[in-house]
Amino acid sequence: MNTSQTTRIALYVYGVLIIGFLYLPLVSVGFASISKARYLSFPIRHYSTKWYAEALRSDTVSDLLFTSLKVAVIVTLVSMVVAFFGALAFARYQWRFRSLFQKLILLPIFFPQTVLGLALLMWFNSVGVIPSWKTAVVAHLVWIAPIATLIVAIRAYSFDPALEEAARDMGASTVTILREVTLPLLMPGLVSAGLFAFLLSWGNFPLSLFTTGADSTLPEWLYAKMVSGYSPLVPTLGVMSVVGSFALILLAMSIGWLVRSVREARAG
Amino acid sequence: MERHDRKLGLLSAMPLGLILVLSFLAPLVVVAVFSVMPAKVFTLAHMPDFSAYGVFFERGYYKSLLWSLAMALIATLALFLVCWPLAFGMAKVFGRFTLVLTVAVVMSLFVSENIRLFGWVLTLMKGGLFEGYFRSLTGIGFDSPLYNTGIIIFGLVYVYLPFMLFPLAQGISMVPDDTRQAAADLGASRWQILCQVELPLAAPGIMVGSLLTFVLAAGALAESKILGGQAVIVIADDIETAFTFGQNWPLGAALSMVLIVIIGGLALFGVSRIDLDAIMGRKR
Repeated sequence: MNTSQTTRIALYVYGVLIIGFLYLPLVSVGFASISKARYLSFPIRHYSTKWYAEALRSDTVSDLLFTSLKVAVIVTLVSMVVAFFGALAFARYQWRFRSLFQKLILLPIFFPQTVLGLALLMWFNSVGVIPSWKTAVVAHLVWIAPIATLIVAIRAYSFDPALEEAARDMGASTVTILREVTLPLLMPGLVSAGLFAFLLSWGNFPLSLFTTGADSTLPEWLYAKMVSGYSPLVPTLGVMSVVGSFALILLAMSIGWLVRSVREARAG
Repeated sequence: MERHDRKLGLLSAMPLGLILVLSFLAPLVVVAVFSVMPAKVFTLAHMPDFSAYGVFFERGYYKSLLWSLAMALIATLALFLVCWPLAFGMAKVFGRFTLVLTVAVVMSLFVSENIRLFGWVLTLMKGGLFEGYFRSLTGIGFDSPLYNTGIIIFGLVYVYLPFMLFPLAQGISMVPDDTRQAAADLGASRWQILCQVELPLAAPGIMVGSLLTFVLAAGALAESKILGGQAVIVIADDIETAFTFGQNWPLGAALSMVLIVIIGGLALFGVSRIDLDAIMGRKR
């Protein structure tokens, strides 16, 4: 059934409008970050990059960035390992509790993150663990590892189990099969899962809110300043965080494109 | 081969299984136990007295809960209407533009939600992007639409759009073109095709999307704090206050439990009805 030309054009326009709607607030943040005035008011009269210079000099800012980075890197590495095995249990192997396992993974995703953070705070308190950035890693993992697993599982669904069976028939051990057959096949899924894990942890606020103790991540600090005691550094750091994330995505996409074109060049 | 699969399946489920048992299920048990403790204790070694649940009704906390649920419901319905045409376009009309849209929407997800909400404050406040430029062009100012119930719902719609859009698009892509074509050939109107072919066949996607948005929106906090200026106190806000200013963990735990039971019930109901293998594309 063909959709009429008018409808098609209307849908394209609607799509572009939705993208505009999603990014409009970031445009405002961008403008605010280069306004010279301490108390922001549009239209902006004087532009300056002094808040960027101030942010780069500040020790608080480098502490925040370092804490956020530490958490995100560890969450990424653990998520990738856990998601590799988790995805095989989710999609590949036929075992007794598979369906139960699939549903257990979905529950943390269908759960309000603020409440999850508080539940973890009470749990850490009861077992005598003092909250710090390390407990925030655990909190992020509860939500991010299942998402990473789902991403790898999509890839695991699409590969042919006969490849593994062929390796087994040739006498390869389970570990050899995992390393030589399964891992390379799942690699693209693992890389995107790692990227997702890093970015979701880097930007996460509701899970960090109650679980970082005396440490503070960048999104937490931004929130504290937004709710009370505005700082002109808020839009500046917001822009820096967004630009950092987008640069990482572009980097990952261009590396992926490079790897593909090298492979194609070799094959051709 | 069968026996091999069983062993490997269990083994490879272990790491994630352990994480979820130790840091998802166990904390929920702790919340449940805390919620029956007497007021203002910080350990579990007390006689349970269930007093926190009494406070839930006496002090009007149920009002916050009703606000949260009502706003989440309105946001979910609004999102369904906003996302349906776009999801339809992504699944059936757009070619390469679907990829562009997907990348654009996913990238917006990686920006911390409080930065994006703060951007709306800068856009909509008095002297913000809209009002400031409008006033300098026309000389006429207008009141900012911030700090009321409507803007909180707007914030929920904005933040949770991807969570409705992608499941919907997935659901619509499961409607076979032939079926729509056949209905059209037999003389069904556009409206009849929508109600009797597309909506029922896309139901799994609709259910996942609606459930996800409702559940996340019901527990949302940042929208009411940043955009709403606390025009309405939502349940997540009450929970936070009980833990921080109130220093009353059992009360916070009891409020959390009420929310967890409602949301968990809905999530379990939804999750038990989804055939994950079918949605995620099993090739067998």
